[in-house]
Amino acid sequence: MKVEAIAMQEPRRRNAPRTAPGADLPPAMASAVRAAIDAHRTRRGPLLPVLHAVQDALGYVPPQTLPLIAFELNLTRAEVHGVVSFYHHFRSAPAARTVVQVCRAEACQALGARALEAHARQSLGVDWHGTTADGAITLEPVYCLGNCGCGPSVRVGADELHAHVDAAAFDAIVAAAREGTP
Amino acid sequence: MNARVYVPRDATALALGADAVARAIAAEAQRRGVAVDIVRNGSRGMFWLEPLVEVQVGDARIAYGPVKAGDVAGLFDAGFQGGGAHALRHGAVEDIAWFGRQERLCFARVGVTDPLSVEDYVAHGGYRGLRNALALAGADIVRTVTDSGLRGRGGAAFPTGIKWNTVLGTQAAQKFIVCNADEGDSGTFSDRMLMEGDPLCLVEGMTIAGLAVGATQGYIYLRSEYPHARRALDAAIANAHAAGWLGGDVGGSGQRFDLEVRLGAGAYICGEETALLDSLEGKRGQVRFKPPLPAVQGLFGQPTVINNVISFASVPLILDRGAAFYRDYGVGRSRGTLPIQLAGNLKRTGLVEKAFGLTLRELLYDYGGGSRSGRPIRAVQVGGPLGAYLPESQFDTVVDYEAFAAIGAMLGHGGIVAFDDSVDMAEQARYAMEFCAVESCGKCTPCRIGSTRGVEVIDRIRAGVERERNLDLLGDLCETMRHGSLCALGGLTPDPVVSALRHFPDDFTRDSAAR
Repeated sequence: MKVEAIAMQEPRRRNAPRTAPGADLPPAMASAVRAAIDAHRTRRGPLLPVLHAVQDALGYVPPQTLPLIAFELNLTRAEVHGVVSFYHHFRSAPAARTVVQVCRAEACQALGARALEAHARQSLGVDWHGTTADGAITLEPVYCLGNCGCGPSVRVGADELHAHVDAAAFDAIVAAAREGTP
Repeated sequence: MNARVYVPRDATALALGADAVARAIAAEAQRRGVAVDIVRNGSRGMFWLEPLVEVQVGDARIAYGPVKAGDVAGLFDAGFQGGGAHALRHGAVEDIAWFGRQERLCFARVGVTDPLSVEDYVAHGGYRGLRNALALAGADIVRTVTDSGLRGRGGAAFPTGIKWNTVLGTQAAQKFIVCNADEGDSGTFSDRMLMEGDPLCLVEGMTIAGLAVGATQGYIYLRSEYPHARRALDAAIANAHAAGWLGGDVGGSGQRFDLEVRLGAGAYICGEETALLDSLEGKRGQVRFKPPLPAVQGLFGQPTVINNVISFASVPLILDRGAAFYRDYGVGRSRGTLPIQLAGNLKRTGLVEKAFGLTLRELLYDYGGGSRSGRPIRAVQVGGPLGAYLPESQFDTVVDYEAFAAIGAMLGHGGIVAFDDSVDMAEQARYAMEFCAVESCGKCTPCRIGSTRGVEVIDRIRAGVERERNLDLLGDLCETMRHGSLCALGGLTPDPVVSALRHFPDDFTRDSAAR
């Protein structure tokens, strides 16, 4: 799946001095990760809540934070990496300030989502998971937002849902996102 | 007394501008010096009328919709806060035939109450089922659920009481109640509407399940695509705690039940119950071999009741009114009601809760009003992305688990997606394989590899490359996936593909230049 994430993890050099996990992280990143761990470590099965908290705080789950998460939760790095790479929601690299998701599923297809998908990719000049040249918008596919009675559906960020989106409405959504006034 | 105005907080209503309408009503009321209380309710499920604003006039709730923020000043001019005449006025909600003809058992409170208010919930019949359950032995609660005929509403339709009985009969120091709220099927949104519109009903149903089998901890595994439901559930759980309906002394009984919402992370496969359990444990959401059943060894190896949102939310009423009351609705072995979701290319989409037994045609035309585009409805997919495509000749199929199984289809979670005659069914078949490839957990080969090969074979068929040979190959591949896959994702992906081939063969053999 996310092969690039594997490459981003540096192998430990032979004879490299053993440092405490997380000691190499920028302070802000380390404290965000520690806060996420502390908030959820007493839960049963804490890994997903921790990863959600890290991504909510940092916008992504930086690969260099996996050793710290693994150490603190008594897991292996491979286990944590396996989980991060399994789920579509978790990202290993930062996205643009605004993530725009276009629903590709059947109920939206029935109302013209395929044309909308094509318009979205073409007008933004990116493929799925790509970020626009100005760095403002990351385009993602999504498989159902639960707005199946009023498709095609688009989501901006976590909360902002749009119904009956055609090409013109999509352009307006993107323009508003670019202005930072969604 | 202040006028009481309802503006939905349901995600679809929000997508259609409900927040702007609520703000406009508040601002306009202030400007005119009119005192109004705005309640953010759930949706009544009539999406073509959303945002649907309701006003309490005496005992009636007068409906106005679809309301745009720009309509608000005109509504005040018309005296809508007293039920005044206006072009958008539809009269009392119950008098709208589409709504009034429904049999709302599970959704009785959705759109009626303030979803987060325990007081409102209790005033509308909430916690009566739990009170009754507290006076019963666990085995008697389970028997009531069994006798009601309730079957799993997530799609598999396994009898809920039998599942609970297995957990009840398995000894363990810790048992769990898990709600599968990973509603990933396209065309379905009843779980979302229930969780946003009446979350306490789910909380009560899970609490009753806990009392029934002796479980003290519940988890709601919610898909991350549902942030509004998440907030509603979190608030409802906190309010239920504060009111003494959750925690160490449920309803003053001295019994414990705690509840926690856990977010998924965008993996369709986690709607499969064993993958969901692995995900809850903090692992990759991969399907487990069965047996052991989750009822025997489920979450963290402990006996676990795992049910869909609608299954749990049907339980309070069953404990309140009795098994016979619920069982008297429905046909054959499909008892009770099903919240059906009308989606895709229909004029009047939304939520229709009816007893089992009406036909697909009634839903598509009497409720749905035909296609939104005005073109003929050509195909309908029922039961999500793994459901078969049905042609017009099968529209008289009755909404009943067995009737759908008899035509090689499935009712699933009750989602109905209509397509007009512009649909290319070969493209739909290709998408079914593509979706399976994207969402496969990777554990078994027929699903992981077969889905990718399926996309390639369909591409060759559509391109006219050795068509007959590749059609045979596709048939073989579908057989392999159906019989060799570990779970329903790989096992049922052939259903939309094969049904599209069977009912719409011309779409696969049309000259590619003519597309």
